[in-house]
Amino acid sequence: MTTSTSPAAAAVDPEAYLQVRDLKVQFPTEDGLVRAVDGVSFSVRRGQTLGIVGESGSGKSVTSMSILGLHNPARTKITGEISIGGQNIVGMKEEKIQKLRGKDVAMIFQDPLSALHPYYKVGVQIAEAYKVHHPSASKKEAATRAVDMLDRVGIPQPQRRANQYPHEFSGGMRQRAMIAMALVNDPALVIADEPTTALDVTVQAQILELLEDLQREFQSAIIMITHDLGVVSQVADDVLVMYAGRPVETGSVEQIMKRPQHPYTWGLLASVPSLHGDASVDLVPIKGNPPSLINLPTGCSFNPRCRYAGQNGNLSFSEVPELRSAGEDGHNVACHMSFETRQRLYAEDIAHAGVAQ
Amino acid sequence: MLRFLIKRLLLASTTLVAISIVTFLLFFAVPSSPAWVMCGRNCSPERIEQVEHSLGLDQPITKQYTDFIKGVFVGRTIDDAGTIRECDAPCLGYSFRSKEPVTDTIERSLPITISIVVGAMAVFLTVGIGLGMLAALKKGTVFDRVAIGASVGFASTQTYTLGGVLLLLLVYSTGILPNPHYTPFTENPVDWAGGMLLPWITLGLINSALYARLSRAQMIETLQEDFVRTARAKGLSPRVVNRRHALRAAITPIITIAGVDLGAYLGGVVITESVFSLNGIGREAAQAVSDLNLPVVMATVLLAAFFIVAMNIIVDMLYAVIDPRVRLG
Repeated sequence: MTTSTSPAAAAVDPEAYLQVRDLKVQFPTEDGLVRAVDGVSFSVRRGQTLGIVGESGSGKSVTSMSILGLHNPARTKITGEISIGGQNIVGMKEEKIQKLRGKDVAMIFQDPLSALHPYYKVGVQIAEAYKVHHPSASKKEAATRAVDMLDRVGIPQPQRRANQYPHEFSGGMRQRAMIAMALVNDPALVIADEPTTALDVTVQAQILELLEDLQREFQSAIIMITHDLGVVSQVADDVLVMYAGRPVETGSVEQIMKRPQHPYTWGLLASVPSLHGDASVDLVPIKGNPPSLINLPTGCSFNPRCRYAGQNGNLSFSEVPELRSAGEDGHNVACHMSFETRQRLYAEDIAHAGVAQ
Repeated sequence: MLRFLIKRLLLASTTLVAISIVTFLLFFAVPSSPAWVMCGRNCSPERIEQVEHSLGLDQPITKQYTDFIKGVFVGRTIDDAGTIRECDAPCLGYSFRSKEPVTDTIERSLPITISIVVGAMAVFLTVGIGLGMLAALKKGTVFDRVAIGASVGFASTQTYTLGGVLLLLLVYSTGILPNPHYTPFTENPVDWAGGMLLPWITLGLINSALYARLSRAQMIETLQEDFVRTARAKGLSPRVVNRRHALRAAITPIITIAGVDLGAYLGGVVITESVFSLNGIGREAAQAVSDLNLPVVMATVLLAAFFIVAMNIIVDMLYAVIDPRVRLG
């Protein structure tokens, strides 16, 4: 399969700031080849947010790390194309990627307590991120810029806070500081890797709002990596659902949340409590665990956990489903069941639970 | 900070007092007497009694102990078989053997031990940590294996082998280095270093293995930390990431161990001192133990304990300076 014939790759917006085409990330290990990401394509325009959803081990974090070029080239095999503002970084020299990192593409990490250096003051760490891409800036300018950024992300008394260490911050404030650090160079693309997972629910909403405000202000493209569909429904414009390193469903947030087509997406939705549905309906967890990426189940890798595997003859167990149009424009799904079967099953089994909206 | 210091100093003095009591008791539990050692095999019982009296060993243990402690703080008068000696504080008594004040023995031998230890430490910290860090950065490569293998090789030779071999090669056969000797630093720094070079190399190489392995493990662990990934994600060069972010965090526990090691070594490096015939604290202590020379034993044991206790306090305070998360209390 070439990139041009893949429906997903064809769906890559050639105008978008970030274009990922048929990305494959593999780690050769002693136990075998780990296919962490196996043919993913997507794109994000500036000012837009793409949500990448999946369980641990679905390849979403590996995807984001490869956009920053953070994988060790000696131990990783990356193919496909990652175009950032027109530059393909797959195979690019480390020194050149370094110039993009933190400047054009910045990352907000999951757990700010471990992601910030424990021995350096918050202001110093932010100033360092600014100075590395503004070598002509004086120390004082960088420090002032750090305080400005802390102020921008809503940290009270930024001057005083800049002089404190990460452990002196609360969880929410720490994540704000992390965001300040990521945005200090006005990056065109921000990757947020589960930015709210380590936070209280109330603080989560604040952080998401902050990200939206900042996105409006800076017109940045955002990739929101999460396993939480609630987060996705709140911030994303488009959604990519990943399973075992492969895309299983892509579409607009409305298509994915309101008219999901893939049984895995149904499973994710049914395992999130909803305010709109029937309160007495129990949450339905997806049975089983994500598969080993070294030894994927044959056929559709979701088949051991899928309630509907085998609906369409033996295909689920023999053939890997390709992403195909799910009817509407931009909505693609990788499932062997026919559109009609999926519609019927969704109406019968899933819709009444009033999955998260 | 002050509260911490007071608490720790109290604990330290208690430790030292306890150690002094145990050493004292242990000395009298030995089924031998310094008098026998001093006066030889064919000594008459009367003569032994005489010697014991002259050493003050016929007094009750408690009296001897309180006399010793009193001597340390206010000085005391020692009646050595009719010869009255004034021993000013800090009085550690007189050597049973040479009759010189023990403080003189310490004053003579301590600088030798300090000279050996400080130089050797400089060697094993730079070589050990340097090799370990490089090995961690080049994990799995030939360099990694050779560096760690070589350091383990050196460590397993031990001082008496490596020291002997180096003596033979560098001193006796070729004369590249002078025979190890001690010249005070203040007198002639070049000669001081020249005379110490061989012990430094020997003790340094042997100890670098531990530090190489330790820093390699620490560095490998730190390189996997989230904050190192953050540093890379900022666009920092690998050099800055490794030095400013990884090394800084990896080296903290190593400093702790180095500090405690320094304390232990300052109490005497017996084997190194013996191999190179340098009369440091360790050698004096070993000699004093076999001579049952109580005042010297007491002094060297307490000194060694003091160094360890003091270095522990210093290391704890240093930790609070290096790691802002650590609050002393």
